[in-house]
Amino acid sequence: MSSCPIREITVLPGHDKQGNPERFDRIVIRPGDTISIVGPTGSGKTALINDIELFAQNDTATGRIVLVNDEVPAEEFIRDPSKKPIALITQNTKCLADMTVEAFLAMHVRARKISSPTIIAETVCLANRFTGEQILPGCRITALSGGQTRSLMIADAILISNAPLILLDEVENAGIFRERVIEVLKEHCKSVIFVTHDPLISLLSDRRIVMRHGGVEKVLYPEGREQHTREMIARMDLTLCRFRERIRAGELLTEQGSPQ
Amino acid sequence: MKLIIIAGPPSAGKTAVTRQIIRHFQGQQNIAFLKIDVVRAFEDDELRQEFNIPTKKVYSGDLCPDHTGILVLQDALTWAKELESDIFIVESAGLCLRCSPYVTQSLGVVVLSAVSGMNFPLKMGPLIALADVAVITKTDLVSQSEKEVFREKTKEVAPAIDIVETNAVQGTGLRYLIRSIEALPDIEKDQSITLRGIPPLGVCTICVGKREIGWQNHFGVIRKLDGADEIFRGD
Ligand SMILES: Nc1nc2c(ncn2[C@@H]2O[C@H](COP(=O)(O)OP(=O)(O)OP(=O)(O)O)[C@@H](O)[C@H]2O)c(=O)[nH]1
Ligand SMILES: Nc1ncnc2c1ncn2[C@@H]1O[C@H](COP(=O)(O)OP(=O)(O)OP(=O)(O)O)[C@@H](O)[C@H]1O
Ligand SMILES: [Mg+2]
Ligand SMILES: [Mg+2]
Ligand SMILES: [Zn+2]
Repeated sequence: MSSCPIREITVLPGHDKQGNPERFDRIVIRPGDTISIVGPTGSGKTALINDIELFAQNDTATGRIVLVNDEVPAEEFIRDPSKKPIALITQNTKCLADMTVEAFLAMHVRARKISSPTIIAETVCLANRFTGEQILPGCRITALSGGQTRSLMIADAILISNAPLILLDEVENAGIFRERVIEVLKEHCKSVIFVTHDPLISLLSDRRIVMRHGGVEKVLYPEGREQHTREMIARMDLTLCRFRERIRAGELLTEQGSPQ
Repeated sequence: MKLIIIAGPPSAGKTAVTRQIIRHFQGQQNIAFLKIDVVRAFEDDELRQEFNIPTKKVYSGDLCPDHTGILVLQDALTWAKELESDIFIVESAGLCLRCSPYVTQSLGVVVLSAVSGMNFPLKMGPLIALADVAVITKTDLVSQSEKEVFREKTKEVAPAIDIVETNAVQGTGLRYLIRSIEALPDIEKDQSITLRGIPPLGVCTICVGKREIGWQNHFGVIRKLDGADEIFRGD
């Protein structure tokens, strides 16, 4: 299961909302790639990852075509969750089931016919690397915070779904450790596409797709040129995080008191 | 003319799916639409205004909507044919869960909402088991695991059913439903259309209006609490 036959996923251009053809030639996603998708609200970010998730064949609003290893993928690849190489965590995804974290994961493990006895514990453990608020296996899913839920779903996508490509639609809102998510995804050699409004995530990815009026406007390859800015944003982010923690802890922020 | 029968529990997304079907075939095919509901429905006006297609509705009142559907279907087919429709879509209400409205020579589509809980498919009986396609809506709102488990449970009820997962508002993933509609043959002969399933026992003494509680006051199908897990099954 872990050795996946996918060498690359290719997105071929469609058109924007006015019907103008997109100007890129092709966007190729390979194992280990981190890509961010940026652009104003309504610019088509979600539509782009939906196209990828569905392996669009000129049958969505955008007219794009998505190929696997340069071919139209086999239907079972798209429809059978155990063969599908993509996990999508949407802007609205929720866990509705009122059961414990453990039971919830066990249910997914069963649906996937996985026999590893440790996978549930590993998944909870991984989820806890993404969130500051500890998730216990006995917690009820419905009682988890937004950040805990997102963390659990990402860990589930990495270990239980074991999808080589993970699509994350605006995960930053939930307050999870974004750098750590990226780090872990790289460790597991997953490709990931973030739809994001977050400067740090945008700059932590290797490639940045810029959307406008429903179409891909351009693809940026920073290739290290943003290094300085990235470091600065990382520092600012840390500062903000510290302030956030102090606010959460109930402090009154009368003095700056945040060492760099 | 092709006949599509869409059923499923209230608010599952039947009309949202219908809209996507109409949107896809609009301009190439003449479409007519019939809504069967119990007390109130608005689809006929909405879809007529939105797509400028002929629509109709019937209320079943105290009768099971699926029974009503069967009673009026012959007339409805004649109506749709006179309008030279290529595709006739019937949206049922599906409240009774014992019946199923699907007939031969049609495409039976059950619409289920992924947010209705993972054991839901197991409770739906013939509404799923006798359908050709199960469209699972609102998959944009639930986690990957819940989506997968919902799918497994649906398969448990109907191993051969074609499962199509969608965000019906956006129309994502409906290509497989569209393909089934394209492959659907026209109705051969109205007169030979029959209900697919065996209808459940139609009347008991409660159905005909006796209001006293307790099995002692009724006759026909009688069940005591002890041993009531042995439910009545028609054959
Ligand atoms: N997010 C989301 N909402 C959906 C989806 N499908 C339907 N809805 C919404 O769910 C509500 C009910 O959808 P309808 O299509 O009216 O459901 P219905 O089965 O026709 O309902 P009745 O005919 O009244 O029984 C509407 O507000 C839809 O917009 C979906 O896939 N995702
Ligand atoms: N190329 C296109 N052609 C036609 N419609 C499009 C195209 N791209 C996007 N749309 C439609 O535009 C709407 C907004 O797009 P989308 O939801 O992808 O925006 P977004 O960038 O994710 O916005 P937000 O930041 O608010 O989440 C959607 O209804 C989508 O289907
Ligand atoms: Mg979006
Ligand atoms: Mg409806
Ligand atoms: Zn009935």
